Amino acid sequence: MALVIADYADCRALTGGLRSFEVEASTVRDLLQQIEARFPGLGDLIDQRMAIAIDGVITQDAHGAALAPHSEVVLLPKIGGG
Amino acid sequence: MNKPVKPEDTGPILKVVGTRPIRPDGVEKVTGRAAYGADLHLPGMLIAKVKRSPHAHARIVSIDTRKALALPGVKAVMTSADMPDLAAEHYEAGESASNLRDLSANVMARGKVLYHGHAVAAVAATSNAIADQALDLIDIVYEVLPHVIDVEEAMAPDAPILHDQMFTAGLGDTPTKASNIATKHRLDRGDLAAGFAAADVIVETRYSSAAVHQGYIEPHACVASYAADGQTQVWSSSQGHFVIRGLCAKLLKMRFSDVRVIPAEIGGGFGGKTTVYLEPLALVLSQKSGHPVKMVMTREEVFRATGPTSASVVTVKMGAKSDGTITAAQIDLKFQAGAFAGSPVGAAVMTSLACYDVANFEITGWDVVTNSPKVAAYRAPGAPNAALGVECAVDELAEKLGMDPMAIREKNAVRNGVRAPYGPVYKNIGYVETLEAIKSHPHMAIPLGPNQGRGIAAGFWFNIGGESTVNVSINEDGTAIVSTGSPDIGGSRASMAMMAAEVLGIGVDQVRPIVADTASIGFSTVTGGSRTTFATGMAVVQAAEKLVTDLKRRAAETWGVDQDQVVWQDGAAHCLQADKAPKGALTLAALAGSAGKTGGPIATVVALNAQGAGPGFGVHVCDVEVDPETGHVTVLRYTAAQDVGKAIHPAYVEGQIQGGVAQGIGWALNEEYVFSTGGVMENAGFLDYRVPVASDLPMIDAVMVEVPNPAHPYGAKGVGEVPIVPPLAALAIAVRHATGARMHDLPLSPSKIRAAIDAKAG
Repeated sequence: MALVIADYADCRALTGGLRSFEVEASTVRDLLQQIEARFPGLGDLIDQRMAIAIDGVITQDAHGAALAPHSEVVLLPKIGGG
Repeated sequence: MNKPVKPEDTGPILKVVGTRPIRPDGVEKVTGRAAYGADLHLPGMLIAKVKRSPHAHARIVSIDTRKALALPGVKAVMTSADMPDLAAEHYEAGESASNLRDLSANVMARGKVLYHGHAVAAVAATSNAIADQALDLIDIVYEVLPHVIDVEEAMAPDAPILHDQMFTAGLGDTPTKASNIATKHRLDRGDLAAGFAAADVIVETRYSSAAVHQGYIEPHACVASYAADGQTQVWSSSQGHFVIRGLCAKLLKMRFSDVRVIPAEIGGGFGGKTTVYLEPLALVLSQKSGHPVKMVMTREEVFRATGPTSASVVTVKMGAKSDGTITAAQIDLKFQAGAFAGSPVGAAVMTSLACYDVANFEITGWDVVTNSPKVAAYRAPGAPNAALGVECAVDELAEKLGMDPMAIREKNAVRNGVRAPYGPVYKNIGYVETLEAIKSHPHMAIPLGPNQGRGIAAGFWFNIGGESTVNVSINEDGTAIVSTGSPDIGGSRASMAMMAAEVLGIGVDQVRPIVADTASIGFSTVTGGSRTTFATGMAVVQAAEKLVTDLKRRAAETWGVDQDQVVWQDGAAHCLQADKAPKGALTLAALAGSAGKTGGPIATVVALNAQGAGPGFGVHVCDVEVDPETGHVTVLRYTAAQDVGKAIHPAYVEGQIQGGVAQGIGWALNEEYVFSTGGVMENAGFLDYRVPVASDLPMIDAVMVEVPNPAHPYGAKGVGEVPIVPPLAALAIAVRHATGARMHDLPLSPSKIRAAIDAKAG
């Protein structure tokens, strides 16, 4: 089970205040589908506006990225730059 | 702590990466031959100009263009009525998602003008003079509205409202009353009250910074040609021609394949050239007139109508134990977004405490619209503003505790394994090493004289990866072409050529790097976020490696051996079975010259979405001397250390660090948007808006700390954003120590410093 950390207010608004939860998923694509099923709107929010840090490495739009059985997944806003 | 890596520790000996070859675009630039956005001339080309709002906030009652259109030489006039009326759709482009409705209304006002200089109409004519004359003939009737520019005044309940349908997001329930606050951001961890209760010392500070412009030397410029069959071409100076294509197509409801954008050389961007201002207008005018259309902004237009960065107000409450351990931090960030929502306050929230391991914090950010130009990205957007408040608060804590400012930073420094305030657990970061580099630098041992002060500050930026496409091909003589879709704003052609040369085993002078147009290569997102050397460079390395594999296959076929009997070294295939290769190695030139006999041309493409960009940290120290009579600040010396991963071209890395510092010094000491009571920017030119020039600055000593990023083939991390983050605070702290007066409002102009010295003297 991957541990998902959702500290940002946008996410917590859709998780009913939960800051973390577990999801059984082997890829980011699986993860998003399961999150959307459990917290309607959150999967889409992540897909459109957020980055995902997998075990400390930030990824953006990496739907095919693999998750290990005990990966830590942190949701955070997408990042740009100048 | 990571062990700083010496070259011999990085694996194979690098022959090209890490050297300092002459830039491939250098000769064209120093001889004036490089073609920038304004340099293109096409047969029958018209000149287009923009009619801009004289008011900071007004309703457009009517626009009459008939007299302008009747002027001989005028070929087309346009207003927002000539552009599609778009819904509020978010489109992923540039540095972040763009709201297409807002973007359309920014490039050409719709219903209301929201800042002085807002585009209202445009004309295309056969000459500059006729276009200017035509602008004067456009009759516009306005109903002037009250305006607001100051970010805190814009947040007040009775402030003039810019957008009747803007209701603050992030409050939980949607409010029923419109507001200039677009979004409230919030990030927290731990128990704030307990954290402050555990503190022996608490400081509370408030720092403001003015809106400043990116200050790129080349103004926005483009040429658009709209053919009768709908096929269009746009020549544009930008940080991302694919984004220009996407935004033009979306704003004008065109097919992407009908818009071909050809990148011009770019004379600076720093984040400000990641969106559109002129290109959609030039396309509409070209379509209406049937001629190619050129548009070039004046410097005044650049200041008045393109994105500066946010003015901001940052308040920080921070507590620490007597040993220096920071126990709690409460930060409030108010950011001016300009006329439309979308300031970088979200990034400011995330970066505020990124250098510090703090258990209890609460960070709030406010994205606030104002009657000023819509802000655009500027190096590490949001982070310098936040660092100003946080780093100055840390300095105040150190002062209260009687602690060395370096020691308090070391005490609370984030390290590998620490959870970043913005979420993930840090890996492969080099912050502690960077602190150490400054601590042990000779700069720190130089004694200070009267009226002199030293400031130390740290900074952080995430860095990003993203989508890039690269073509690498080998010419018949064994030289190579590296084509990317990434505009070269900071020397990326050099680093791309170097990485390809390293893999291919040839000299960098045998590789020609080019930036290909949108019809000639696959999608690549903007050159921004310090992503190009990391992400596009990763694609270059992968492409070159694919070619080496292919070259080994061709050599194996030639010699009749298995591929594992071939090694690639120094630009040639070598056979491990000497008797099979009586003529010796097959060079790249030899293989290229006979490519038709081994399968055809030697070329490949790699398209990827690079992940794993390593975050960057910087620590700066500066010494200043303040003239107590005039308040003038002289920067005596400046040293900037930064974890760069691996410097592909060290001179360019040093240049990025020096450039970021120079811009940060300008932000701290000189630069600001000065508005009249009528909302008109009063210093819209480089004489009155003063950026630092070489004679204002000491030699900036750039210290490269190399803690490799394992996600990149050579360990590279982005370097362009971090160096602008610490200078605002470093200068403010240095001036504080030089004068004894702590100043809270940037820029630290002579008049403010004089006033602070007088106030301190009583």
